[in-house]
Amino acid sequence: MQSAVSIKDLKIAYGDHTVIEKMSIDVAEREFLVLLGPSGCGKSTLLNAIAGLQDITSGETWISGRNVTWEEPKDRGIGMVFQSYALYPRMTVKKNLSFGLRVAGLPKAEIEARVARTASLLHLEQLLDRRPAELSGGQRQRVAIGRALVREVDVFLFDEPLSNLDAKLRNELRVEIKKLHQSLGNTMIYVTHDQVEALTLADRIAIMKDGVIQQLASPSEIYHRPTNLFVAGFIGAPAMNFIEGEISFKDGTPVFDSNGLSIDLSAYPFIAPTKAGPVTLGVRPEHIAPDGRAKGWPTMSGTVSVVEPMGSDAVVWFDWAEQSFSYRVMGDVHIEPGATIAPGFDIAKASLFGADGARL
Amino acid sequence: MADPHPHGPKPSRLTPGRIGLYVFLIAAALFFLLPLYTMVVTSLKTMEEIRQGRIFALPSTLDFTAWKTAWSGACMGTECLGVRVGFWNSVKITVPAVVISVFTGAVNGYALSFWRPKGSGFLFGLLMAGGLIPYQIFLYPLVRLLANLSLYNSIAGVVLVHVIFGLPLVTLLFRNYFVAIPEELCKAARVDGAGFWRIFFEIMLPMSVPMVVVASIFQFTGIWNDFLIGLVFAGRDNLPMTIQLNNIVNTTMGERNYNVNMAATILTAIVPLAIYFFSGRWFVRGVAAGAVKG
Repeated sequence: MQSAVSIKDLKIAYGDHTVIEKMSIDVAEREFLVLLGPSGCGKSTLLNAIAGLQDITSGETWISGRNVTWEEPKDRGIGMVFQSYALYPRMTVKKNLSFGLRVAGLPKAEIEARVARTASLLHLEQLLDRRPAELSGGQRQRVAIGRALVREVDVFLFDEPLSNLDAKLRNELRVEIKKLHQSLGNTMIYVTHDQVEALTLADRIAIMKDGVIQQLASPSEIYHRPTNLFVAGFIGAPAMNFIEGEISFKDGTPVFDSNGLSIDLSAYPFIAPTKAGPVTLGVRPEHIAPDGRAKGWPTMSGTVSVVEPMGSDAVVWFDWAEQSFSYRVMGDVHIEPGATIAPGFDIAKASLFGADGARL
Repeated sequence: MADPHPHGPKPSRLTPGRIGLYVFLIAAALFFLLPLYTMVVTSLKTMEEIRQGRIFALPSTLDFTAWKTAWSGACMGTECLGVRVGFWNSVKITVPAVVISVFTGAVNGYALSFWRPKGSGFLFGLLMAGGLIPYQIFLYPLVRLLANLSLYNSIAGVVLVHVIFGLPLVTLLFRNYFVAIPEELCKAARVDGAGFWRIFFEIMLPMSVPMVVVASIFQFTGIWNDFLIGLVFAGRDNLPMTIQLNNIVNTTMGERNYNVNMAATILTAIVPLAIYFFSGRWFVRGVAAGAVKG
């Protein structure tokens, strides 16, 4: 299948400072790709380069089978939505939507039809004669999305579109964007630092750090089988619990040892046969259970320090070997700080990372 | 008596400090208004009344002949045409100089904040440095330059000099205004297919109306009140109003017509005064009106 957007050996550098080093990504048609990473990782720079708003140092950009490396943003067949909405403040919503079409010199009737279609899709009909200043944040971002949709292009680029909105609106618009993608079936590339947005929206997530893609995979793969320590620590809230330890072999089976805890790793899905040496064991809070011992899981006994109720569930923090660990329980479970507990965890769902941080 | 139980809005009280403040403000206002008052009443008096020496007294009858003389009959040397000629010269100098310098400064500021061509930071620094050097230093080289361009002693020449000297300030004003606007606005317009001029005219310029007004006021008052540049570059036939006023006031043939001098001075000052008066609210709105995020 032909890829909708394809980046080949892209490099972006300012003088000696390299932002993106030799990056290649293929985005399939109708795919929703999320670029996720901490601020300063180069994800917005990458998106701007795809849009043609950022000068590149070397490499190629292909969109819909055309090499657009030297083309202007308007000729690339993209629509873009920005974090600060970037609506034209002195134009009405209608003028904002039609600006690009007027610049392109489309016939009046065609412009009218497209604006009407987009407005009804995004429920903007009532707002067409208003100025951006008279709109709420959520309405503004809907107009900004509309301005991208009205171009009727194959690829939409989103640069942290929900970051300026409050939590409730963010959730609403997130669902709207997902619906839009399902009904329109366009290719979308979406930049965010919010892992919830990434996990809920993406077909595939590209996790970036320092201009390098750490892992490019489905949300489930990234969440359950993070490829290195950075990805494991970045994704998940509360964060994954890490235990430093060592692998040794007893009677041919690998065993993890840390602070008197000894765990048989025969249930762990190793990628490749392992060697003895220092490792980090990562366990997601939801893979720790108070009744783990009954299932024959390895247990760590400790004292509860803090309980964070979150309505539907609660996070219990406890100390083990002078380190803080968290696990998740149902919201109606009552545990008091100071209580002594001995939860167990599922080694089959855990992650092991070698000394270099890569998954074992 | 017990203190009253506090509820509702806090009662306002007139403290001695407040009263002192108002007294000072009123005194200051009077201090600055008094010269204007004296000028207005003197210009409406006849010379006989002025000779009585009561400069704060109201005129006995309203006599506008001094104003008429000042406008169209006051003598500058041997020519008795009034400040009228200078007024129109000033208009011919000021209007194009303001329009050109504000427009160019706006384009400069826009290009410097959104397009940043290579070396733009250096160029901006150079422009600012030029704005800091006292312009008397440039006078002689500029005279030579304009003479070579055959623009010396012409309206176009004065306009050009005013535009050059106005550019650093206007560019700075617009650059600082545009720098506060998210760059994404320009990017969005580029994705929409608009080019350099289209983005400038359809998006940036409509947004910067308050800045255009502020810059125009700065430039207008500066150029209208200019004396030196007009004197050096305009030539005898194009002297602006300020210079003509000076010549009229300094011409002594027989009696000094204080009423005419006062009227001519007010006529010269009235244009910038009126501009400040009617555009005050734009000044207040100033730079704050550009909020994109709301």
